[in-house]
Amino acid sequence: MKRRHFFGTAAALAVAAATTGAVQAQDKTYTIGVSIPSATHGFMGGLNWHAQETIKRLEGTYPNVKFVLATAGEPGKQVDDIEDMLATRNIDGLVVLPFESEPLTGPVKAVKDAGKWVTVVDRGLAIEGVEDLYVAGDNTAFGRVAGEYFKANLKSGAKVVILRGIPTTLDNERVDAFEKAIEGSGIEILDKQHGNWNRDDAFTVMQDYLSKYPQIDAVWAADDDMAIGVQEAIAQAGRTDQMWIIGGAGMKQIVKQIMDKNPQFPVDVTYPPALISAAIEMTTLRFVSDTPVYGRFIIGSTLITPENAERFYFPDSPF
Amino acid sequence: MRNLSLSTLGPLAALILLIVLGAFLNANFLSAGNITNVLARSAFIGMIAVGMTFVITSGGIDLSVGSMAAFIAGMMILAMNAMIPALGIGLPLVLAGMGVAILVGLAAGFANGFLITKVGIEPFIVTLGTMGIFRSLVTWIANGGTLSLDFEARQFYRPVYYDGIFGIAWPIIVFAIVAVLGEVVMRHTRFGRYTEAIGSNDKVARYSVVKVERIRLLTYVFLGLLVGLATILYVPRLGSASGSTGLLWELEAIAAVIIGGTALKGGSGRVWGTVVGVLILSLIDNILNLADLVSPYLNGAIQGVIIVLAVVLQRGKSTAEGR
Repeated sequence: MKRRHFFGTAAALAVAAATTGAVQAQDKTYTIGVSIPSATHGFMGGLNWHAQETIKRLEGTYPNVKFVLATAGEPGKQVDDIEDMLATRNIDGLVVLPFESEPLTGPVKAVKDAGKWVTVVDRGLAIEGVEDLYVAGDNTAFGRVAGEYFKANLKSGAKVVILRGIPTTLDNERVDAFEKAIEGSGIEILDKQHGNWNRDDAFTVMQDYLSKYPQIDAVWAADDDMAIGVQEAIAQAGRTDQMWIIGGAGMKQIVKQIMDKNPQFPVDVTYPPALISAAIEMTTLRFVSDTPVYGRFIIGSTLITPENAERFYFPDSPF
Repeated sequence: MRNLSLSTLGPLAALILLIVLGAFLNANFLSAGNITNVLARSAFIGMIAVGMTFVITSGGIDLSVGSMAAFIAGMMILAMNAMIPALGIGLPLVLAGMGVAILVGLAAGFANGFLITKVGIEPFIVTLGTMGIFRSLVTWIANGGTLSLDFEARQFYRPVYYDGIFGIAWPIIVFAIVAVLGEVVMRHTRFGRYTEAIGSNDKVARYSVVKVERIRLLTYVFLGLLVGLATILYVPRLGSASGSTGLLWELEAIAAVIIGGTALKGGSGRVWGTVVGVLILSLIDNILNLADLVSPYLNGAIQGVIIVLAVVLQRGKSTAEGR
């Protein structure tokens, strides 16, 4: 599992702050709080797993670093978690994936104002300049990379359908980037309904697409959980050889099908749940070394193809 | 159907309106494929809602059914995967899996019913508690991810959702049987009459030597059984279960029961109305997907309006009639 979380292509580290970590005495112990949403769907399940694995490994590597992991099912609980960490666990640093930007901004800023290191993951805060380090996937690239694949592999006049996630700005960014990428290709988007990043919902929406449209050449499922539901609906309609599906994230079942060269899943677009590992690892480096880790680290979205799929296949992960 | 008034026909009228609207909006709406899809999709919520009709009629409520379905699905998948070496892939494995689902369903329903009737805690609180417990348990056994049935076993089990006899899919057949049995039990058996009596006035029922606690307990066990049955048909569809399986099914089931004319305060149950309610809910989704009527952001609003309208149609007279 060494450093697999650094596979981003567009990794960019920009210097934002001028303070460098002073040389740390080896015998001093540090506590890092990690606050993430609980495993409510596949992607978050993967993220939780990677967070636990990373913490386990880092605690073995650095005996003087302790971690406090808290998972929250809703923003209110996450605020409580963070306040508790600051008040009772005496954390030196916080790694947080905010459930929602607005409600978490205040509490995270309070941690920063108390002089602690703050790493924000994936979902930015409502105001700028709070976090020392920002680690995130690239939603625009996620939509663009998928769109470019559609443009390169479909003829003008081809018909596609889109499944959208839960209505959020993140989902809008992805869909806008996808639509921008296929602009001028003559590909027609027949429909885009919300499948809520959920297998069952995606199954239902795809069944209805199949009833509605006699010709569909490709599906942008935009999420691997949804891709599974879509695949099953297409199989039920007996139209498996008429269209291919592009999911997203890098779920092991989908990566496996790409490795096995299933024509239904030619490629996948990454949005790795292991991005939390990058955030925890870099935050830990801040305390155990002089490595400068402040700034922004954007993990690129890249294509998983049959040639490189091996690198993205984690059979032990639940996702 | 003893009193054919506007109140009983309200939900039916709403259903017919929706069907006409659907047919008008999209030519494929009445195709065999689409009708099968809609009915098969309704089957899970439908079977659960039939059981929920009894619970609500007796004056109770069960918020845990969605989580319970996820938990049963998880246990069923775990059990089947574990039994593959012993039983091999074939009919015995599927039957054993079904047995596990039914047993877990009965046990879960019994747990709810026991806490409500013997320990004497409010149904709302008990099932709110078990809702959280079941959902956490399935997330925990799935390690936060998705439990998937072994691929070969899945292929063998798959026809239970997708195939059928005489071109009618199994979920539809089972749903129909459950609905007819539910109606018969509600209307023509002592259990059904007692359920209504307890929901109307449990003190009077008690003075009339009705074993109130036992009947209440039975309604929850019966619901658990039906959740198990629904899960048996759900698992072959996608072959997986996760923390997001069956999310909000409890609210859909309760909404279907109320749309169908069962009183939320208990005392009056209409199983056939519940079936109509379930179909209304599925059709709204289906029509919104088939026709680009409104922005998908507004789907929830449209559903809400139709649910309230269906109940308004049905309540128009029943408040005047009194009970």
